[in-house]
Amino acid sequence: MAAVMPASAASRLLLSGNEAVARAVWESGVRVAAAYPGTPATEIIESLARYPDLYAEWSVNEKVSMEVALGASMTGARAFCAMKHVGLNVASDCLMTMTITGAYGGLVIAVADDVGMSSSQNEQDSRFWGRFAHIPVLEPADSQEAYEMTKFAFGLSEQYETPVLLRLTTRICHVKGLVVAGEREAHEPAGFVKDPQRWVMVPAHAKARIPALFQRDETLRAVSDASPLNVLEAGSNRSVGFVTSGPAYMHVKEAFPDAPVLKLGLSYPWPPEKVRELAALCDTLVVVEETEKLLETEIRAAGIACHGKDVLPSIGELSPQVLHPAVDRLLGKPVPPPAPAAAPPRVFPRPPTLCASCPHMGMYYTLSQIKNIIVAGDIGCYTLGAGHPWNALDTTICMGATMGVALGIDKGRGSVDKNKRILAVIGDSTFMHMGMQGLLDITYNHGNITVLLLDNNTTGMTGGQATPASGKDIHGKEAPKVDLFKIVEALGVPNERIKVVDPYQLPVLFKTVRDEIKVEGPSVIIARRPCVLIDDFKPFRPYLVEEDKCTGCGNCIEVGCPAIHVTHRDKVVKPSGKEVELAFVNIDSQACTGCGLCVQPCAPDAIRHVPRHDIPIHIVKTTSTS
Amino acid sequence: MSTNDITNILVCGIGGQGVMTAAEILAEAAMTEGHDVKKTEVAGMAQRGGVVTSHLRFGRKVLSPQIEPGTVQVLLGFEGAEALRWSHYLKPDGIALVNNARLVPPVVELGLFDYPEDPTGQMRAAGHRVVSFDAMTIARDLGEIRLGNTVMLGAIADYLPFAANVLLACIDKRFARKGEKVVEANRRAFAAGRDAVARQLAASPA
Repeated sequence: MAAVMPASAASRLLLSGNEAVARAVWESGVRVAAAYPGTPATEIIESLARYPDLYAEWSVNEKVSMEVALGASMTGARAFCAMKHVGLNVASDCLMTMTITGAYGGLVIAVADDVGMSSSQNEQDSRFWGRFAHIPVLEPADSQEAYEMTKFAFGLSEQYETPVLLRLTTRICHVKGLVVAGEREAHEPAGFVKDPQRWVMVPAHAKARIPALFQRDETLRAVSDASPLNVLEAGSNRSVGFVTSGPAYMHVKEAFPDAPVLKLGLSYPWPPEKVRELAALCDTLVVVEETEKLLETEIRAAGIACHGKDVLPSIGELSPQVLHPAVDRLLGKPVPPPAPAAAPPRVFPRPPTLCASCPHMGMYYTLSQIKNIIVAGDIGCYTLGAGHPWNALDTTICMGATMGVALGIDKGRGSVDKNKRILAVIGDSTFMHMGMQGLLDITYNHGNITVLLLDNNTTGMTGGQATPASGKDIHGKEAPKVDLFKIVEALGVPNERIKVVDPYQLPVLFKTVRDEIKVEGPSVIIARRPCVLIDDFKPFRPYLVEEDKCTGCGNCIEVGCPAIHVTHRDKVVKPSGKEVELAFVNIDSQACTGCGLCVQPCAPDAIRHVPRHDIPIHIVKTTSTS
Repeated sequence: MSTNDITNILVCGIGGQGVMTAAEILAEAAMTEGHDVKKTEVAGMAQRGGVVTSHLRFGRKVLSPQIEPGTVQVLLGFEGAEALRWSHYLKPDGIALVNNARLVPPVVELGLFDYPEDPTGQMRAAGHRVVSFDAMTIARDLGEIRLGNTVMLGAIADYLPFAANVLLACIDKRFARKGEKVVEANRRAFAAGRDAVARQLAASPA
């Protein structure tokens, strides 16, 4: 994607929190910005890549993205990295020492918590990192604040030589609001200065710098008390007052418009004097924070009485609807029961599905047909293989965990599991993020694992970003393309134990998996087909069901394609007396892109190509494989 | 601060249907009218056929981006069962404008769950005002299934606190790059959506 001319200063723009952060990063004169994609933070770097005069990259993982930002900061350049909450776990090794070296050029880390867990394996509160790493934490409440605080963060970082954590949540990242934009400032790097006491973190050097961390906390506490980002609104009804930060502020204002509120923008270190001032102002103090009991614990430890998670939930998103009854109950006010009309109607669940023609379907259909296996899984679209109809994954933990978990199952299993075959499933992008070390551990330690490397040539789950194996960079321009086969071989898998297969060819896939799981020692099956959502995917001629031939066996439904629909159901009694349910199907030819996976298990050969003249307009340009 | 002047619109459907784009265009229209605007969605895995909702709030000053149940003036439903799923968000005097498409997910095809018999009928039985129409057929009759999204925007055009032309101008702007023919096709789709709702209401007042 090419750089576009950014909107001019003073424009009133409708921006998501992610886009607002990107705009502010660009305006702050940042020179280097790096990230690995991760919901809900992905669009920050995606958006930044469209601005001119700035280097942006997809890094292979969050730790590397932070190291890239730190290196840039060492030269005096302003630098930025962005990640989702679990990404900061990966990057934390860098963070915990980077806080000792400190920043030279302004260095800001945006971390986005998936509060409510719309697309993550856990819900964790990234504000803890501020305490753990002794760095200031900023918490915007909407897009305009995300923009302003990002700009403020670079100045704060340079003034106190500290990395700054910009803590976002889904309700910042993915909420669009109005932002008034400004101009880009120029920031020429001052230059790298050789200073081993600062940049070479051996024990003697680090030990000498650690007291400064504690001193920085104290300095910033005073900064926090004086900061205009921490606003005490006196209110008119002082029966209850609130300390709050981030999007929770909006919910407090909506639910209790007249109450005194201390809104924390610079939420760590929090301002002790302002909190005391608020406490003196109101009868009851309630701390409203997403998600854990963090400010509340610290405020209480400072000797200030307050409520918080004793009345509010510690998981999921807060909202006016959650706050109102909880606080009213605390104040002893009557709380009316919810009106019966407010009960949600009962509707079937609609979990996300794999797309029509998704190459992962071939692999999961195959795994669903094989008995006596334990399958470790990983993070990506392909985690959906744990769901219906395949139920093909037995574990999912964190990025790249599949290999280590599979090896542990292999080494730990006793006689109960000794006849089972152990497999590990991982996507191409996750493999390069954190999976390669796990495979090295398997080969080094004689693991008996069959690894299924699902290579769809992209980071699929986050919307199809380029990877080092896709041959494209963040701008879609040509980049060196690493060869996954060679990487796997270099990591110690014997050449003859590496198979490359087409996941649309079910018989080949089935045979390859069956053969490899029988072999002792590690093997890797690379299942290679592009994700249907990227440009590399070219749709094929769609299929239809000849309804008079369909016997209702339902084999095709087990493939799991969302383009296959049941037209009617029936029951028959077999000669054996067994009652069998039948499901007769058709194919939505508008949705079908012709992968042919459903054709292969169809017993009566009832699935054939749509006649050429009936092909939907959006597929006209394509050719058929068969 | 009063929130009485805030308009709450909930757009719902399935990943890939264009729910977020429709909400985005509605947000732009509200913005050009000088309103404060917030738009939010939960769509972590939206491209994967899951449930998608987009909350749009605008008015003098919008605080929380999330809409509370029982406070929606207009529910724009891209699919029948999805409109039913979120119908408890409607205000008693709110209205639901629903494309009566029936998109059945694999979990229903597998026989694990049932698709509701008559989603909009259930909504009416619960006392909601509902106008339903077939946006996909309307779009197909106009020669391009992808116009369904603009048909939906036409359907809501007369239920906004500003003139339909404000919304149409935002649609024009969005497609201007693609040429006059595309703009014209979208104008026809917009008019057809408006017309479908008006005709439904004339035939059987909601």
